[in-house]
Amino acid sequence: MTVLDSRVPDGPLESKWEDHKFDMKLVNPNNKRRFEIIIVGTGLAGASAAATLGELGYKVKVFTYHDSARRAHSIAAQGGINAAKNYHGDGDSVFRLFYDTVKGGDYRSREANVHRLAEVSNSIIDQCVAQGVPFAREYGGLLDNRSFGGAQVSRTFYARGQTGQQLLLGAYQALSRQVKEGNVELITKSEMLELVVVDGKAAGIVVRDLVTGEITRHSAHATVLATGGYANAFFLSTMAMASNVTAAWRAHRKGAFFANPSFTQIHPTAIPSSDEFQSKLTLMSESLRNDGRIWVPEDPDESRHPADIPEEERDYYLERRYPAFGNLAPRDISSRAAKVVVDEGKGVGPLKNGVYLDFADVMERLGHDAVADKYGNLFEMYERITGEDPYEVPMRIYPAPHYTMGGLWVDYHLQTTIPGLFSIGESNFSDHGANRLGASALMQGLADGYFVLPYTIGDYLAPMLGQPKVETSAPEFDQAEQDVQARIEKYLNTNGTRSVDWFHRELGKLLWDYCGMERTKEGLEKALSEIPALRAEFERDVRVLGSAESLNSSLEKVGRVADFFELAELMCKDALVREESCGGHFRAEHQTDDGEAQRDDENFAHVTAWEWTGDPGDPTEHREQLDFEYVTLTQRSYK
Amino acid sequence: MNLTLRVWRQAGPDAPGRFETYEAKGISEDSSFLEMLDTVNEELVAEGEEPIEFMHDCREGICGTCGLMINGRAHGPELGTATCQLHMRTYSDGDELVIEPFRAAGFPIIKDLVVGRSAFDRIIEAGGYVTVDTGSAPDANLTPVPKETADLAMDAAACIGCGACVAACPNGAAQLFTSAKISQLNVLPQGQPERYQRTLGMVEVMEEHFGSCTNMGECEAACPKGISIDFIAMMNKDYRKATFAGRKAG
Amino acid sequence: MTTMQTTAPARSSRTPFLVELYRSALGKKYVMAITGLIFMGYVLAHMLGNLKLYQGAEEFNTYADFLRRLLYPIMPESATLNLMRVVLVIALVLHVVAAAQLTAMNRKARPERYRSKRDFVAADFAARTMRWTGVIVLLFVIYHLADFTWGWVNPAPEGASIYERVVASFQVPAISAFYLVANLALGVHLYHGVWSLFQSMGWVSRRFNHWRRMLAVGFTVVVIGGNLSFPIAVLTGIID
Repeated sequence: MTVLDSRVPDGPLESKWEDHKFDMKLVNPNNKRRFEIIIVGTGLAGASAAATLGELGYKVKVFTYHDSARRAHSIAAQGGINAAKNYHGDGDSVFRLFYDTVKGGDYRSREANVHRLAEVSNSIIDQCVAQGVPFAREYGGLLDNRSFGGAQVSRTFYARGQTGQQLLLGAYQALSRQVKEGNVELITKSEMLELVVVDGKAAGIVVRDLVTGEITRHSAHATVLATGGYANAFFLSTMAMASNVTAAWRAHRKGAFFANPSFTQIHPTAIPSSDEFQSKLTLMSESLRNDGRIWVPEDPDESRHPADIPEEERDYYLERRYPAFGNLAPRDISSRAAKVVVDEGKGVGPLKNGVYLDFADVMERLGHDAVADKYGNLFEMYERITGEDPYEVPMRIYPAPHYTMGGLWVDYHLQTTIPGLFSIGESNFSDHGANRLGASALMQGLADGYFVLPYTIGDYLAPMLGQPKVETSAPEFDQAEQDVQARIEKYLNTNGTRSVDWFHRELGKLLWDYCGMERTKEGLEKALSEIPALRAEFERDVRVLGSAESLNSSLEKVGRVADFFELAELMCKDALVREESCGGHFRAEHQTDDGEAQRDDENFAHVTAWEWTGDPGDPTEHREQLDFEYVTLTQRSYK
Repeated sequence: MNLTLRVWRQAGPDAPGRFETYEAKGISEDSSFLEMLDTVNEELVAEGEEPIEFMHDCREGICGTCGLMINGRAHGPELGTATCQLHMRTYSDGDELVIEPFRAAGFPIIKDLVVGRSAFDRIIEAGGYVTVDTGSAPDANLTPVPKETADLAMDAAACIGCGACVAACPNGAAQLFTSAKISQLNVLPQGQPERYQRTLGMVEVMEEHFGSCTNMGECEAACPKGISIDFIAMMNKDYRKATFAGRKAG
Repeated sequence: MTTMQTTAPARSSRTPFLVELYRSALGKKYVMAITGLIFMGYVLAHMLGNLKLYQGAEEFNTYADFLRRLLYPIMPESATLNLMRVVLVIALVLHVVAAAQLTAMNRKARPERYRSKRDFVAADFAARTMRWTGVIVLLFVIYHLADFTWGWVNPAPEGASIYERVVASFQVPAISAFYLVANLALGVHLYHGVWSLFQSMGWVSRRFNHWRRMLAVGFTVVVIGGNLSFPIAVLTGIID
């Protein structure tokens, strides 16, 4: 076990980033053209980084497996984006946003990174507004804010229920401008399948064209992964169908450490699954919790229409357990509380797998029209999916995997343990600790892409001036391409009996049951014995039809699921060694008397970063100690 | 419920295509349309037949990846609904569904029900942005924007770029897509400096790839986000002004 | 890096604005709309003038004479009428050529037709049949001129007054039937065209949008209602 160096600069927290920006080496504007950068992914982080690096003058190649850079799953974020603008004078500040984020993450994030995130949050809003992002406004023409996800201040900027879409389109448009100007080459429908490392540094990637099946090699002075999170390991999640861990996992197998894989966020307000054919879960914006009241019937055998159940026979369990925060309690707490009542048999709906989110009170208070104005599109969406009208019948919600705080370990420069390989946005582990606050994912993606990476990557590149990039004819590229080809051929020739989805679904069930909202030593050990067995069956019995020379979505999926299998083991292993509960990681053995997460700051105030050893069941553990100089560690209390 | 599907199968961009008939059995009415196709694909794989390729990703109606022509309608029969949000309770046991890809010269078929829509990206590249380098922006509240204007911009910005407007248009025109992006930026103060340049550039590229508008409104009806054809009229007006301004500038 | 421009990029200064505009499909739609407006004025005036049929031969022939001597003596006799005819012919050529070019463009935009039957939601019969109703109206106009204006195919004897020509023609049921069909086609064409020109011209305002369809319906009913009444009046003997 080694202790990792996070390269956090010295100096007071408030000025670390400003001072460090001065200390970092610069690349002369005329020399930027001489550096090539590969970016994988065109979500908020990838698109914003590609656009900004292109504007600065670097030669950028950006890859996406989508047919357009506008489709990454950042687009599905509904609620909003935080910034410490304090436009409403309600006491917000950079320090408060920083503090809330560290606390919300249950003290498992790096102070310096989070403070930097809070600092640049304001510039993000400025940038997006200048791009033409149509944020919600007040009648006076100034920007509107709302309180979101349990924050005590109104700091969330939003664009109807489509904030992620609008921010992504802003970044995509900025990227499109650079594509047009020839600074950025955009390669769509192409998936990164291998990272190439030469002399210990990232040298480039191997990519498969999803339409023609052609395998190509790309080299650059630096490579940036902006490939999102891995919640699809659970099969059923709120992620897009194609979201996967492959790019990050390939990098992990080449030496990039993977940090805190067990830190996954289970979002409290998704629509419960309706049948076994369900392919994904749909999130209902957390903003609904501002006005909706969450409850279940007291009686597990309740069969009446929800409106007919009298008040005294309802259990508003969040309001009861957390009087101060009530229905706005943080995501991890709300999710687990829902699990508790459903496990008690009080779940609602045909499969008894949900809780009510009831708008009757607010309808009475504000009237139908006001509610429709605020939540109309969400209500419509709910009705489309379930066939039930939330104006009449309470919504049914249940937690679903939604975001992954874990990811590739990066230092303060967002560089992984492989020099020249950077990781930004959800694909890294950096800013959210053990639990992410609402409206902070968009903030982090854009902070990394617009305002952090463009500085730190220059510091890496500057000393390399005059050095050519590695030729793609290098033996390491040969080997990487051979490995990719071999994997493809192996799966096409396995000729088993079961589809890729079948295995993915089975893997997802194991992870959800044993490494989901509540984890136990026993369960994790069970998962750690069952996952390898299922993986062996997968390798032997999976059936992938068609050829490698044309569009073949089964072939795309099989590689992704294979990587999920290896990741799943690491998630369980990570959850097993972290003998405490914190944020989204809840170990049943470590809870307070009233069932809250019990941290162990003495032994676990660290990041666990795993090194690949060649055996997915036996990774090497490394640690980065977390020191808290500015935040006082307390037991989170939302009562 | 049980359904009969007639699905367009086409091995590649230049391969001949044809309808194949499949039985979808035991479909739950709570399934989404795409989950129904998943189920059919599982059956196909079990029988050793290549699964049907179709476009999809977020499955919550926002990424704009999905898009099918179902019984002669882009995204199927429900108004304001993308294919991924169409649910099987819309149909009855025994229904026959004819499923085709979106067809347009600007949307070449890649395989089965999958088409390429990169022409949309070319339109955006021709001016669908505000020129503002990262870090150069003034404070966000410096320029007030009337709420009505911001709301109008948002109405236009809601476009998900799925291409249903083109697919539904009897002329294969992309006016609704193009005008939505032009209008979003052209109504906002931030978009004014490049207003006419943007309009001319985007319209020119649009016309290289797509047909012309005959004001039938089929695009608006097919749009999963209900984007209004008023934006097309706004684009037409700005185009005329832009051409005139261009003459003066010369 | 691009520089901000406050105006549209300069086009070739030798290209006139209208030619520049016409190059694009959007510009061709302007031409369709503006020429359509001219035709709207024409068909309305034509119908109103023809109401004189109900006042008898003398009034009607006086009206025809008035048209010939419009603006006389400032203008030579028939000059104004001929000028109007030239404008109408130019408008017609532009309207038809633009339509043909746009149709060709649209065919190219969807080389592979849908194999299944389309289920239209908003595109009504009128919108989808514009090019066919247009062709019917065009053929009719040629016949109509040959019948009444030039008298080539008119059943009335040589030297008959315009009133006698009208009555003679409409007394032939086949001619009246053709006239009725053509006017219905014109009505369908107007129903979509009048509404459509607001879109093409970019005349849009949330306050007035709902009037556009009503205007199209009202205009069509008035013009076509008037037109249809003439052969019916002749056939039923109201006019003889």
